[in-house]
Amino acid sequence: MRSPGLASRLVVAGYSLYLLLPLYWLLAMALKSNRDIVSRLEWIPSSPTLANFAEIFSNPVWLDGFVNSLAYVAINTALSVAVALPAAYAFSRYRFLGDKHLFFWLLTNRMSPPAVFLLPFFQLYSALGLFDTPWAVALAHCLFTVPLAVWILEGFMSGIPRDIDDMARVDGHSLPSFFFRIFLPALRGGIGVTVFFCFMFSWVELLLARTLTGSEAKPIVVVMTRTVSASGLDWGVLAAAGVLTVLPGVVVVWFVRKHLVRGFALGRV
Amino acid sequence: MRTKPERQAAWLMVLPVVLVVAFSGVVPLMTVVNYSVQDILDVDTRFFVGFDWYRDALRDVRLHEALWRQLVFSFTALAIELPLGILVARCLPRQGRAASLLLVLCAIPLLVPLNVVGTIWQIFARGDIGMLGAAINGLGIDYNYTREPLHAWMTLVAMDVWHWTSLVVLLGFAGLSSIPPAYYQAADLDGAGRWQVFRHVELPHLRAVLLIAVLLRLMDSLMIYTEPFVLTGGGPGNTTTFLSQHLATIAVGQFDLGPAAAFSVIYFLLILLLCWLFHTLVVAGAERDDA
Repeated sequence: MRSPGLASRLVVAGYSLYLLLPLYWLLAMALKSNRDIVSRLEWIPSSPTLANFAEIFSNPVWLDGFVNSLAYVAINTALSVAVALPAAYAFSRYRFLGDKHLFFWLLTNRMSPPAVFLLPFFQLYSALGLFDTPWAVALAHCLFTVPLAVWILEGFMSGIPRDIDDMARVDGHSLPSFFFRIFLPALRGGIGVTVFFCFMFSWVELLLARTLTGSEAKPIVVVMTRTVSASGLDWGVLAAAGVLTVLPGVVVVWFVRKHLVRGFALGRV
Repeated sequence: MRTKPERQAAWLMVLPVVLVVAFSGVVPLMTVVNYSVQDILDVDTRFFVGFDWYRDALRDVRLHEALWRQLVFSFTALAIELPLGILVARCLPRQGRAASLLLVLCAIPLLVPLNVVGTIWQIFARGDIGMLGAAINGLGIDYNYTREPLHAWMTLVAMDVWHWTSLVVLLGFAGLSSIPPAYYQAADLDGAGRWQVFRHVELPHLRAVLLIAVLLRLMDSLMIYTEPFVLTGGGPGNTTTFLSQHLATIAVGQFDLGPAAAFSVIYFLLILLLCWLFHTLVVAGAERDDA
């Protein structure tokens, strides 16, 4: 393995800087009072303050927003992985009537713009009495997380040789016993990557989450837009709110970083 | 490679996915199709109008403009993100603490909620309070993305590159990590140059992950809504209004259900067509290469 040369280091350093600068600026703004922000431009906050965060945390709506968001993201991720596992196995191991068409049809759902579905979703979930619950958002997000989960898992499963299946059958394992005791442990990295992508696409989505929730299940990103617009344009509070919505992502990626590296490194996604 | 055994019972394993996706995808899509052929005055008063809305939509000049802007934006973003992503993925260290730290850093923009991405770049690029805006103005260039269409475009593309290049980096890194070191040693023995190593060793291994990366980026950039909405609001004028925002204006702003639904169906078919074209071209090319 060759060690990275100077040019490589420069590329990586430049790209890291490009990623970090906007994030740094968000954090710097969050630590300034609105008066300081508007009156002069400082690269480093000279009188940092936590007042913006204090203002946010004095409002219980924020904590609820966090819990609501995590609720639908968790439901969505669990549901997506649970239904995608057997389907991906079927796609990677068997031929059946219409398999290719079915696979492509699944992907087409990933291609439908959420803006198209706003109104029908609203009517559908209202009719079912699910409007303003985490379930409505979780099910709606399945539109793009389930096809993606099938797609990614199928790739990982195809990377596991089929001889393992045959040997397990010779050893007397039934299909469920083989699936849970041998296959899933071998697939850990792939499941980690899938969870990461489901979390990612569900956590960042705003349009559907906003349309399908009212006062009860309001997610954090919606709380952010409403709180800020209610109190006028306070850049400091806006930035502090932004920092708080970025944090869960950082925590998640820190916890799955080993899985992510190993999962991605496992090969053909 | 052995062919897969045929087994119709596999449908039972696929059934849960089909049910979930039918519920969250097919039912709403049918509703949209249903709306698109009716003139809906209120809940009880509606008329069948056939393909009138489709004809109107296809002749709508504002839709043509939005479509044109959308295509230019999507292909510009992809043309920057793909090569840059592959370049960064090649330059990242393969293992060790630095590698995992850099991968975590790369993943962060992907996990920022879409409206917050817009907010971050709004704060960053404004001429009065933003680091980037102030820096460019300091160089003597009169930069203002809320007034100058060109500046708005460049800011949007910079934001999209910031937001999504990491997806290509992560997937590319995965593809590169799967190459056995023996391949590189063999290339060294053959005296292959950097470009030849990339072309004949790395690119073939990257094909599968790059296919995923391009398709994901193509779909998502064609649907982009929240980030430009927060950053530019489609302005100045209409110069950064893309398809989703045009649709939201008709559907939610003017509440014209029929025309919005017809536009939705066209929009969906367009994305489908582009992805299918790309997929067919790449897969056909791959099979020709293998043969």
